Amino acid sequence: MSDIDFSPVAAPDGLLTGVLEAVGLADVYTEWDTPLGHAFVAWNPRGISYLDVIDDPAGFETGFAVRIGRRLRPTDEQPPAPLRAALERRLSGGRGPTHADLRTLTDFERSVLNVTTAIPAGEARPYSWVAREIGRPKAVRAVGTALARNPVPLLIPCHRVVRNDGIIGNYGLGGPVNKRRMLTMEGVPVDDIQPLKGLVGSDSTHIFCLPWCSYARRVTPAHHQSFRSAADARAAGYRACKHCRPVE
Amino acid sequence: MNLTDRLAVDLDGAFEQFVRDHQNAVYAAALRLTACRADAEDVAQDAFVQAYRALSEWDGPRIRALAVKPWLARITLNVVRNRARTTSRRPHTTPLDGVPAAAVVDRQPGADHRVGDVDEVVAQVAALAPSYRAPVVLRHAYGLSYEEVADVLGRPVGTVKAQVSRAIQQLKEQRQ
Repeated sequence: MSDIDFSPVAAPDGLLTGVLEAVGLADVYTEWDTPLGHAFVAWNPRGISYLDVIDDPAGFETGFAVRIGRRLRPTDEQPPAPLRAALERRLSGGRGPTHADLRTLTDFERSVLNVTTAIPAGEARPYSWVAREIGRPKAVRAVGTALARNPVPLLIPCHRVVRNDGIIGNYGLGGPVNKRRMLTMEGVPVDDIQPLKGLVGSDSTHIFCLPWCSYARRVTPAHHQSFRSAADARAAGYRACKHCRPVE
Repeated sequence: MNLTDRLAVDLDGAFEQFVRDHQNAVYAAALRLTACRADAEDVAQDAFVQAYRALSEWDGPRIRALAVKPWLARITLNVVRNRARTTSRRPHTTPLDGVPAAAVVDRQPGADHRVGDVDEVVAQVAALAPSYRAPVVLRHAYGLSYEEVADVLGRPVGTVKAQVSRAIQQLKEQRQ
C-alpha cells in the first residue's frame, strides 16, 4: 500500500439531485395561470407530473409529497417547449398530447385518464361511459376514484366526466362549483343538460346521443326525442351516435 | 434485501440509495481522471444517468447478477473518454451561457485553480501517463481490487499491479 494520500473525496451536494432530476426521479415546479386561477405545475424529463390550483407554494409541495413522493424544488425556468405547448393548448380547450408523466399511477388509473383525455372541450361523458370505454363496465366507482386521483387536472380534463343522473359530480379542484365553471367556460350548457335524463334523439336523422354530446345540442326542439334507454331508442328505429358512443 | 435485489424489483425506488452509496467513489475517480471539479461533477452525473438508463432496460436476473462497482467504473471511464474526445474536437470555442470567457479559457489539466487545495495528488495523477492513470485511480481512489481493475481495463492482473506500483513510484518522485 502506498503512502500517497488518496483520502476520500465527498461528492458535491448537488450531484445526487442533479442525477435524480436528469433521470426523472426528481421534479421542479413553477407558477402557472389557469382558467381557475393561480396554480403551480411540476415536471421532470418524463413530462408534467403534478398540477394544483393553489396560491401557497408550501401547500403545493405538501400535496406533491403526499401524492408523488419524489424530490421537488422550485425553479424560475419555464417548462420545456413541448410541455409548455401542451399546457397552453390543453388548458384552453385544445387537443393534442398532454405530455403527462403518469408513472406513479396504476394501469387502471392510467387507462381511465387516457380515455378522459380524448373527451373534447364543450362536451362531457358519464362515469359509466368511461368505465365501459376501458372495458370495465362495472368499475364505475373505481373510475370516480381514479379521476379524483388525477395528478394533472385541467391538463387531463377530469372535469369533463359527470354523473349519470344529471348531477354534475365532484371535482378535485374546488368541488362541483369549479367543475361547473370549467364546463360552462368550455361551452357546455350545464343548466340545459342537467334536467335531461336518458338519451337524446333526432327524428330527422334517427340518431341518438348522450345529452352531453355536442351533436345532441344541435337537435332543434321540433325534432327532439327523449329515450330512457338505448333499447327504447333502437326499438324506435334509431342508431347510436358514432361520436359520443352512448352504447357499446 | 441487498441493493441489487431492490434495484431489480423497484428501480425508481432504490436508485437514490444506489447513487448515495456510490457517488463519493465515482466522483473521486472522476476528479482524479479529469483534474477539474466541475468536469468531475458532470462526469459523475453522466455516469449515473447512463447507469440508470441501462438498468431501466435490463430484466431482474441481469440486474441481480451485476457486479455493481466494476460496472460503474467502466461507465465512468467511458464517460471520461468520450468527453475528452468531444472536447478535443470542440475546444473552448463554444461559449458557455452566462460564464464570462475568462472563466473558461484556463480549463487545461494542471492549471492551479482547477483543483485548488482539494488534493495536490489530483493534479499529479492527472499528469501521469494515461496507461498508469486509470489503474491507479481505480485501485486507490475508487477502491477496486487488482482483479477487478484488471477485468475492467481488460489487462492481465500482473500488468495492472506493475502499472499501479509504477504510478505510485512516479507520484512519490514528483513530490520530492
